[in-house]
Amino acid sequence: METPLSDRVVQTEEKEYSYLNLGPTHPATHGIFQNVLKMDGEVIVDAEPTIGYIHRAFEKLAERRPFYQITPITDRLNYCSSPINNIGWHMTVEKLLGLEIPKRVQYLRVIIMELARISDHIICNAVIGVDTGALTGFVYMFQQRELVYEIYEEICGARLTSNIGRIGGFERDFSPKAWAKINHFLVEFPKVLKEFENLMTRNRIFMDRTIGVGGITAERALNYSFSGPNLRAAGVDYDIRVAKPYCSYQDFEFDIPVGINGDVYDRFMVRQGEMWQSLSIIKQAIAKLPEGPFHATVPDFYLPPKEEVYNNMEALIYHFKIVMGETDVPKGEVYHSVEGGNGELGFYLISDGGRTPFRLHFRRPCFIFYQAYPEMIKGSMLSDAILTMSSMNVIAGELDA
Amino acid sequence: METATRTYSMSEKPEGYEGTGFFATSLEKVVGLARKNSIWPLPFATSCCGIEFMATMGAHYDLARFGSERLSFSPRQADLLMVMGTIAKKMGPVLRQVYEQMAEPRWVISVGACASSGGIFDTYSVLQGIDRIIPVDVYVPGCPPRPEQIIDGVMKIQQLVESESLRRRDSAEYKAMLNKYGIE
Amino acid sequence: MEVVEQEKIVGVINEKFDGEILQTEMLYDFLTITLKKDKIIEVIRHLYQHPSTQFQYLTTLCGVHYPELKQIAMMYQLHNLVSNVQVRLKIYLPEENPTVPTLTPVFAAANWLERETYDFFGVIFQGHPNLKRILNVEEMTIFPMRKEYPLEDQTREDKNDTMFGR
Repeated sequence: METPLSDRVVQTEEKEYSYLNLGPTHPATHGIFQNVLKMDGEVIVDAEPTIGYIHRAFEKLAERRPFYQITPITDRLNYCSSPINNIGWHMTVEKLLGLEIPKRVQYLRVIIMELARISDHIICNAVIGVDTGALTGFVYMFQQRELVYEIYEEICGARLTSNIGRIGGFERDFSPKAWAKINHFLVEFPKVLKEFENLMTRNRIFMDRTIGVGGITAERALNYSFSGPNLRAAGVDYDIRVAKPYCSYQDFEFDIPVGINGDVYDRFMVRQGEMWQSLSIIKQAIAKLPEGPFHATVPDFYLPPKEEVYNNMEALIYHFKIVMGETDVPKGEVYHSVEGGNGELGFYLISDGGRTPFRLHFRRPCFIFYQAYPEMIKGSMLSDAILTMSSMNVIAGELDA
Repeated sequence: METATRTYSMSEKPEGYEGTGFFATSLEKVVGLARKNSIWPLPFATSCCGIEFMATMGAHYDLARFGSERLSFSPRQADLLMVMGTIAKKMGPVLRQVYEQMAEPRWVISVGACASSGGIFDTYSVLQGIDRIIPVDVYVPGCPPRPEQIIDGVMKIQQLVESESLRRRDSAEYKAMLNKYGIE
Repeated sequence: MEVVEQEKIVGVINEKFDGEILQTEMLYDFLTITLKKDKIIEVIRHLYQHPSTQFQYLTTLCGVHYPELKQIAMMYQLHNLVSNVQVRLKIYLPEENPTVPTLTPVFAAANWLERETYDFFGVIFQGHPNLKRILNVEEMTIFPMRKEYPLEDQTREDKNDTMFGR
């Protein structure tokens, strides 16, 4: 085994390297992870990351919870875009059960997931701006996140960790107030996004800070199993919504923005492009929204409405069985992945027929691509390293689980 | 239609003796008034509650109007340690070191269920409440708490700051409490 | 996945490593191949390089503990981005001494994934550049994801189990 960086003896040449400890608590690292940087003056020679400061044992916790109680746990993976995690988990369970989901539910899920993707990219791009010194963009864009929070509140009651939907659909249809808020968002947000673009994308200072910084080639990115905007910025157009369409994404027309160099500027621009594409998908979904039920008919997993529970014997029995966990789950091994805010978020579920999973493994994109960080910052300056970290959108909850 | 008019004030004038060009009151009250309206927080944001804190600092809920415009990331210059998010056992010594570096008078607010008691994570790797390692003044429950709740917690801290005696930090009970945590 | 595709992948493995495959099944439309544990890295490298499979993307790898079989399984999931084909490879290791060669020479992404599997299950990866705990505290002596270890911290005194019945 290698000796850790901090224990190594200084090199034999005249050069003395200094070690700088970046984190775990640091204003510029958005999340708690530590990096011990080996510096030659201001230039970084090597880095040794340490993670696990917020390890909450999700995979062990999931082995003790029934399927519908795991949704709040999946919330806390990538908490900036928690509806995507929730819906991805529900789709995994629906795949295990072999359910057929009505079209209306799928379109509503697409609208929610694209809103979540927009709110995740808002944070990432605004934070890239803050790390180059542009605090104004952050304040403007965060105001728009408040609009998205209000939409979530109308639909599920919570702002951030949403626990949205149920296995089989949604708990209630979207109210007229929710539609009013979504339409208001679709009118207000493009104006602010355009203003943010005008501030940042052709800004001389921003371009000098970000072009050519923290780049990675497509071959190395594929070897490190990058996915999501980080991979698309390197030039590979792998998007799960197109490669393995789920939830009726094949019904919508959208482009996939792809970068060239894989540096910070390309990641910023890819996320900007994706926000515009998400807006277009939401508009298409609203225009083509079919009528129908807002949940699938799966009485074994979907709680019946309360009026029926009080009046109808079968509904009472189903309610009891669901809450006490007596329903039969088929045995099986299933893997389902969705396009999260950071890449391919996968759920590998092994069920042995009991009320809790036998094994649940989360394929977390942040954990996998953060391994490439020491390679990406080798030879760059300290402030470039900070910028690279924030442009990769590392969320501590997803890193450690 | 009758509308009741209510006047709000951020700070009340303390009791004292007033005259033309002077106002006499006790030093404690003046110091309390000055301190409570200029608290410099140290946001120790670890997870989801940190994002709600970012929303609280944003333009909609605006914690800056309570005097917390300048966030201090260095513990040496901070008054209020806001612990927001889950603290794992690996992070415990780091939190303890940050708390010990703060200078008196210092207050601690524990935001969120995870910081107050471990939250929904009753597991082998999560510290079940930060009050196992540092003394806490105000607990804000919620998962995550709404920005209004965080502001309510800060306002309770303001009440504590305003009414604190100047000799509290040197008193025997305070030192005994710190000793219970093993902090000198 | 069509039968033709499955047979092609199985054929590619069998042409060089005959007898390594123990079982092939389609679980929820996903080809799952269970292999013997000795030559797994060579099989993966062969699938990486062979022109008709070219599985050059590692989706994930993880461990699964089966206490009744007294075995720890390793699951590798590979993906061919160009032809959009995925495959899952599983091997079973004995519980007392789970060792397997490392996958890091083939995929750089396997580095931390293997460290996580070591941290949770105790699987030793021979040849790994930096095999130490990644998510848990360094001083921990047990491997917490194994089924015999409980979820909660056992050193707490303040929980009253008689009230809430565990």
